[in-house]
Amino acid sequence: MPGGLTRDAVTIALVTGVLIWVLPLIVGTYTLTVLAIYGMLGLSLGLIWGFGGILCFGQAAFFGLGAYAYAIFAINIGESTVPMILAVLVPAVFAALLGAMMFYGRLGDVYLGVITLVVTLILYKVVNSTAGPQYVIGNARLGGFNGIPGFPTLNVPGTPDAYIWGDRYFHVCAVLLGLVYMLVTALLRSSFGRIAVGIRENETRMSLMGYDVRARKTAMFAIGAGIAGLAGGLFANWAEIVTPSLFSLGQSAEIIIWCIVGGLGTRLGPVLGAAGLAYLKFLLGQQAVIDNALVTGLVLVLFVLFLPKGVVPALSDLWSAGIGRIRPGRIGRRRQPRRRGWPNG
Amino acid sequence: MAEIALETHGLTMRFGGVVAADRVDFRLQARELRCLIGPNGAGKSTFFKCITGLQSPSEGEVWMRGIETTGWMPHQVASLGVGIKTQTPNVLDSLSVHENVWLAARRFHGAREADRKTREVIDLLDLGAIAKDGLGRLAHGERQRVELGLVAAGDPWLILLDEPAAGLGAEDVERLTGIIRELNRQATLVIVEHDMQFIRSIAETVTVFHQGKVLMEGHVDRVMSDPVVRNVYLGRKA
Amino acid sequence: MDLYVVVLVEVLYGVASLILISAGLSIVFGMIKVINLAHGEFMMIGGYATITAVNLGMNVFVAMLVIAPAVVGLVGLVVERLVIRHLYGRLVDTMLATWGLSLFFIGLATMIFGNTTTGISTPIPGFAIGDYQVNGYNFFIIVVAALLLVAMLSVLKGTRAGLVARGTMQGPDMAAALGYSPDRIYMATFFCGSALSGLAGAILAPLVGLVPTSGGAYIAKAFITVIAGGPSLVAGLLSSASLFGVVHQAFTFATSPVIGEVALLVAAVVLLRILPQGVTGTFFKGKT
Repeated sequence: MPGGLTRDAVTIALVTGVLIWVLPLIVGTYTLTVLAIYGMLGLSLGLIWGFGGILCFGQAAFFGLGAYAYAIFAINIGESTVPMILAVLVPAVFAALLGAMMFYGRLGDVYLGVITLVVTLILYKVVNSTAGPQYVIGNARLGGFNGIPGFPTLNVPGTPDAYIWGDRYFHVCAVLLGLVYMLVTALLRSSFGRIAVGIRENETRMSLMGYDVRARKTAMFAIGAGIAGLAGGLFANWAEIVTPSLFSLGQSAEIIIWCIVGGLGTRLGPVLGAAGLAYLKFLLGQQAVIDNALVTGLVLVLFVLFLPKGVVPALSDLWSAGIGRIRPGRIGRRRQPRRRGWPNG
Repeated sequence: MAEIALETHGLTMRFGGVVAADRVDFRLQARELRCLIGPNGAGKSTFFKCITGLQSPSEGEVWMRGIETTGWMPHQVASLGVGIKTQTPNVLDSLSVHENVWLAARRFHGAREADRKTREVIDLLDLGAIAKDGLGRLAHGERQRVELGLVAAGDPWLILLDEPAAGLGAEDVERLTGIIRELNRQATLVIVEHDMQFIRSIAETVTVFHQGKVLMEGHVDRVMSDPVVRNVYLGRKA
Repeated sequence: MDLYVVVLVEVLYGVASLILISAGLSIVFGMIKVINLAHGEFMMIGGYATITAVNLGMNVFVAMLVIAPAVVGLVGLVVERLVIRHLYGRLVDTMLATWGLSLFFIGLATMIFGNTTTGISTPIPGFAIGDYQVNGYNFFIIVVAALLLVAMLSVLKGTRAGLVARGTMQGPDMAAALGYSPDRIYMATFFCGSALSGLAGAILAPLVGLVPTSGGAYIAKAFITVIAGGPSLVAGLLSSASLFGVVHQAFTFATSPVIGEVALLVAAVVLLRILPQGVTGTFFKGKT
């Protein structure tokens, strides 16, 4: 096992390195930066949904919390290192509390969907209504629907004057995506990850084996939220403004679409789905004939109907069929997670 | 005096106005093998669920090896070292047999020890040929056997099985008998079962449930020849 | 005294609008276990249908009560045949597909009507209760919601179609046993649910400025009202709409409309945590 993990880590590092070198020849680094950030966001939901079996309609909530946490603390602290850490911790703690409330209440799938969706909406409405000078956290005005602009962006840790921007910021985001990808890989190879996949498959069985399903799902949920929060913090730096639309249902829907299109139960699928669809959206945004939402919606409907397991698993099935042999699958890899008949659903 | 593995005092379970289990007092010595029998709706499955934590009893107490476990969650009961197989097969469908057993073993062992334990269980239950197959593709008998493997992988001292022989062919039942004997060398067993032939082949003592209560307890031959029990099973006429 | 009457009217209005918003979704969810996340967009389409018809010179009540339900019912029929039909029994997949449809309709409406606010004026004038000015249209909404509940109840309890509907709620086998093709019933149910969504969207249209993304404001409320109501159709709708409506209006009066909305949503989360079976699943088992 440890040998396999080292090999995976080397592969991921190499692929990340090559992509950082090649992709800027094709697409601008400003666009690539946000694609990497969305990739990370897609991976966060891909982890908890595809491997943890937790259907979250509100992943955008953690993304937005991360972005706002970064912006608010960056204004108050005046540098970026601590705010970046808090951008991970604030959503993770929030998710741990929310998750504990849901999972310890043994709520079924649909209810999970409702509650995460409603919580996202609450955050959206609350943040949206904070226009006015009375809504401040420290020195940071929340600004309601106008959001918070003008916070210090990322700097070299320990040197608040050395800002990281442009190509270098792209490198930071891409490397962080690679690191998060490695972290997710290691997590899924660990006992914790394998047990999480077991819980996705059959909660009752896992609890009869003696595993505390509630605690483990809560932990998984918090980890996913932490990754989404990191993506949010990075996004805040990229956009240089945070607005309530980060919490919007449309944002949540997009994350779900990335996962479905890319493929649940894979690590690569949600990352590719996110980057690919976000790039498509970027291209569509440059013309005015067809509306963006129309295309995204159509893509989701068509995938649910015709390719529910997503692009990456479908391609890898084709690949193994072409090679003519099927390797015994490792846990959770190239196996389609069940999206219907969920345990406890 | 031998250790008491499992004990209930006045265990009662009500669903609305229906009393599914009615003040059941039950006691089991360590290393004993006990079958629970009774007609449909007699309360044996409800009793089983109350012990395993799948349901929380309305009244009464459950004790395991001197620890009160009333109202515990299934994972807490299982963590004591209790192996449980439910009536409907509960396995991890899209994972392989090896992964299934490994996850069960991992709960009580470190990762490396779990690897060893998994091999041991796979040998014990003769699952080697299908170890890499996904559970979803296996036949019913094989799935039942894997589930017993999941139970065995935790080295339980108390094993609770709900209808392990249901839907099995003659050959599988024979195999099951062997496995249960093997498990019984280390553990106390409670088995809810319908199949009388199977019960005769494994059990000496049986407990008969009827209308939520314990009707009778004793040696299988004596119980089965008892006119009251025959009455319950065959209706009023016999 | 006048104030109490005004408050009462406001609370009733809050409850009535929740009933209107949720009725279509609750029929579809209650009968065929489909959660239509495009429900809000169905309402939005109903609104646009009304405004378009009125602009073409049609009487506003005809537009609201006839045209909008018919248009949205037909849209629902097409959606059911093309998409939903293939996903019955897969709750999560239908939620995802209808979420896709919701985005699709938002995009379509943006392309047709543009991303600007349109609206029509309320067709019923306001009047005064004592010193307070009351919106006359609110009474209309209360009456429509009440009629709707009565109609639903009498169809379910008193007609052959209602019997079949109640049979279907027990499961498709039951409908088949009664001699009806489940496929046809599902189609009819989705048509009715959609038409009701269109009606709700049309009736609420004069109160809000309509934009293509208007549906988003409704879906969460409808969703939680239906889920919190539980398995019983009419009783569930009435009980959860009353609860949430009162909470919403109480907090709106005490603080601000935003806090009122937030309180409604928080109440929903708390309620679902305490009663995962919904209100009627917990208190009135086995009633329709």
